[in-house]
Amino acid sequence: MNGRLHSIETMGLLDGPGIRTIFFLQGCPLRCAYCHNPDSQSMFSKKHITSDEVLSTAKKYKSYYKRTGGGITFSGGEPLLQGEFLLESLKLLKSEGFNTAVDTSGYGDSKYFDQILKYTDTVLLDIKHFDAEGYKSLTQRPITGFYRFLSHLENYQGKLWIRHVMVPGITDNDEAVLKLFNNVRHLSDIIEKIEILPYHKLGLEKYEQLEIDYPLEGVDEMDKQKAKDFEIKMMNMLNEEKTSKRKDII
Amino acid sequence: MSFWESFNKGKWNQSVDVRDFIQLNYTPYTGDESFLEEITPKTKSLWDKAETMIKDEIQTGKVDIDTSKFSSINGYNPGYLDKENEIITGFQTDAPLKRIVNPYGGYKMVHDSLDAYGFKMDDGLEETFNAFRKTHNQGVFDAYTDEMLSARSAGLLTGLPDAYGRGRIIGDYRRIALYGTDFLKAQKKKDKQDLHHNNADMKTIQIREDISEQIRALDEMKEMAATYGYDISKPAKNAKEAVQFLYFGYLAAIKENNGAAMSLGRNTAFLDIYIQRDLDNNVIDEKMAQEIIDQFVIKLRMARHLRTPDYNELFAGDPNWVTESIGGMSEDGRSQVTKTAFRFLHTLTTLSPAPEPNMTVLWAEDLPEGFKKYCSKMSIDTGSIQYENDDLMRPVYGDDYAIACCVSAMRVGKEMQFFGARTNLGKALLYAINGGVDEMNRAKDGSLLKLVNGIDKIEDEILDYDVVMKNYDKVVQYLAKLYVNTMNTIHYMHDKYAYEKGQMALHDSQVHRYMAFGVAGISIVADSFSAMKYAKVRPVRDENGIAVDFEIEGDFPKYGNDDDRVDQIAVDIVKHFSAELKKTPVYRESEHTLSVLTITSNVVYGKKTGSTPDGRKKGEPFAPGANPMHGRDENGALASLNSVAKLPYCDVCQDGISNTFSIMPAALGKTEDQRITNLAGILDGYFAQGAFHLNVNVLDRELLVDAMNNPEKYPTLTIRVSGYAVHFNRLTQEQKMEVINRTFHKSA
Repeated sequence: MNGRLHSIETMGLLDGPGIRTIFFLQGCPLRCAYCHNPDSQSMFSKKHITSDEVLSTAKKYKSYYKRTGGGITFSGGEPLLQGEFLLESLKLLKSEGFNTAVDTSGYGDSKYFDQILKYTDTVLLDIKHFDAEGYKSLTQRPITGFYRFLSHLENYQGKLWIRHVMVPGITDNDEAVLKLFNNVRHLSDIIEKIEILPYHKLGLEKYEQLEIDYPLEGVDEMDKQKAKDFEIKMMNMLNEEKTSKRKDII
Repeated sequence: MSFWESFNKGKWNQSVDVRDFIQLNYTPYTGDESFLEEITPKTKSLWDKAETMIKDEIQTGKVDIDTSKFSSINGYNPGYLDKENEIITGFQTDAPLKRIVNPYGGYKMVHDSLDAYGFKMDDGLEETFNAFRKTHNQGVFDAYTDEMLSARSAGLLTGLPDAYGRGRIIGDYRRIALYGTDFLKAQKKKDKQDLHHNNADMKTIQIREDISEQIRALDEMKEMAATYGYDISKPAKNAKEAVQFLYFGYLAAIKENNGAAMSLGRNTAFLDIYIQRDLDNNVIDEKMAQEIIDQFVIKLRMARHLRTPDYNELFAGDPNWVTESIGGMSEDGRSQVTKTAFRFLHTLTTLSPAPEPNMTVLWAEDLPEGFKKYCSKMSIDTGSIQYENDDLMRPVYGDDYAIACCVSAMRVGKEMQFFGARTNLGKALLYAINGGVDEMNRAKDGSLLKLVNGIDKIEDEILDYDVVMKNYDKVVQYLAKLYVNTMNTIHYMHDKYAYEKGQMALHDSQVHRYMAFGVAGISIVADSFSAMKYAKVRPVRDENGIAVDFEIEGDFPKYGNDDDRVDQIAVDIVKHFSAELKKTPVYRESEHTLSVLTITSNVVYGKKTGSTPDGRKKGEPFAPGANPMHGRDENGALASLNSVAKLPYCDVCQDGISNTFSIMPAALGKTEDQRITNLAGILDGYFAQGAFHLNVNVLDRELLVDAMNNPEKYPTLTIRVSGYAVHFNRLTQEQKMEVINRTFHKSA
């Protein structure tokens, strides 16, 4: 079946393990203030791709995945919005032995969630904000959608990467970091990695091209080292949690 | 110890067979780089002196020239930089960086070069030489036809080696170390004797004369080495001598010849045998092993030729393509990676990153993991390595071939190449549209310059793919034939007036020859045809009806996006051109080969070529080598690599397909470890598709912009351009801009 496509990046080296082909799907329900791909938000799309084409594209890059444990990542936009297409593509890819990943904020049609998770080796979950109020103000959407997806992750067998975009003045403090972690603490067994992505302004040009206002006008870029320090703090929280759970079992 | 003691014996003891010696004696190494040692104080002191001289030469633009004599193997007194600290000795003249005057390729080049640097030949030499000696250049121009001259001056055929040495020949310098000149000389005498009963036809006369010249060269090498206190008539007895003897062979080559590319061969596994023997016998330790290699590399970095400023501008500095081929696999499945492969690459750390020697890793899927990671790390740290696909070349050339220049493979000591520069396919396409008339050049009286007859001028409002293709085929038919005949003329004369007797003395007497043709502008021609096929291309014509610009309506598939619709056009273009070349026989029963390589001349090609139907404007640079045009590869780096990987190597572009790849460090991974693994993964994936070559640059565009504005901050910044590396600072402003405008791959 047909999916709405924004673009393809054939050399994704950051979004999942190893060398990855990334399908950026078109359309996103969130309107994150810092979004650096605002052109992928609209539900209208000029480009389309079938799940068979996804598979044939993946095959072209198989030789690159081999040594690095790489594979295919669906990103966006919000890939979960096209649940049926995503599921069919993932099934096809898994039937040919490809490693799969989904890069999501958790917003989509929940009836496909369990099936999608069954065919996904790694979920890259973006936590926008730790509480309802902040979430709404940052994304223009309620946090409930995110919580729904989180509940489906409780039985997830794959690996989870947690990501968070840190904006100065919003979550760049110890309390916020702890609260962010508390959102996913119960999933620490399957969390492999936590990444704090420092907010940057590389997407600004696109706002000008699209002639829309930039919501974070006047906000500075996030200091990279500071973001790194918070990332280390969160990774420490994760490791402590993993150790204490192990102790519980013993 | 006697010279062959403790080596495993075989065929190599009876006749010259370096490969056999290597196969029976080398020790593959599967570990990592942790055994490597740092530079010794002695070598550090030597390198500091050398580096100061090298930098000084770059900064002041001044060069030293020996104007008291003309080039020869043994015409110069020994030269030293710091005799006490030099473990490996020998310079081209009696002083480091002092250049030789070589007039045999052509005197005009000599005159222009001397003039540019404010020198004159010593009294009487110039007059005497010109009165009594004819040069290669004079020979060629005596035999050129009017058509050849026109194609040359219009820039349809460029870079032809008709005014200086052709280069691209690799002597098997290892032979001196393994056998000594006495053994080699005896073999040559026997080879000549074997021709005793032949009729004295052209072929036999020529080879008899060649062998006699070669024997003379071996004597001269022996005498030259003796001036440095070495007897190379017998084989080398230890590692230091092995390196020294091998270097004397190379030194003889660069004293006698000034070819653009003077490559070194494939020496690390060979030298490792000697180093390992000395290590086993406690004659040296690892520090000394590294020292020998470091000192060898210092010498290689100080090789110089006298060039005109124009030449240096074209190639960015004065590269010599001292290409060393490292790694690869043996036919029996063992890797040829030895500890000395590591030691050689390690000179980029012990000394500094530098363009020379041109480090060329022969990549194979089965190379040891430790070596792959080390190469990957060194690429990221120094940007000084190029990679070529051993899995692709080994079936063609066996396991003792090396790369000459950038991408030209040949069996060491058994095969040679007649270098043939390249033709401008962008122009060929414009001739197809403009009825064979050049779009930029005019005759002296201002009239139109028609280079190709029998091509109907296309007057359609919208260009029709089939019509243009039909004309293009006709142009290529004409061009290919002219090109082969031009090359035949050049190489006949080069053999006659500037024969490389020293390098050929280190070859078998009966060699296989390639004649290497080249094309530039492949991406432009492919995209132009794609535009005609999938969009509407409307020529804008001047008062003479010449298409001087093109308006494109609609989008079209572009080479570099892994899209077969256009990639196949590129494949068909090279296949077709190669097939056309093969219709005309070549000099000395050579084999036709073809490269897709531009070196840095893609900028100059662009300058000489009008607007093209792909949207490229008049004067804008071509993409280098087989690269997609700047910024047109939109689906990420691997799609771009895959497009290039489709160009066929075996039997088509068998002289190499060059691809230069620039990626930002941050895009390659978050940690150093990830970056190393990912880069090795990219190389594995790319070569697994049958791709041929990759230059790897890992750097930020911002860094280059900063280096352009503040050159003093980046004295040794080295980047790979197209089959070789250069100091970024030595590029012209135009070349710098072109490099900066290339696609830098980053993750979205």
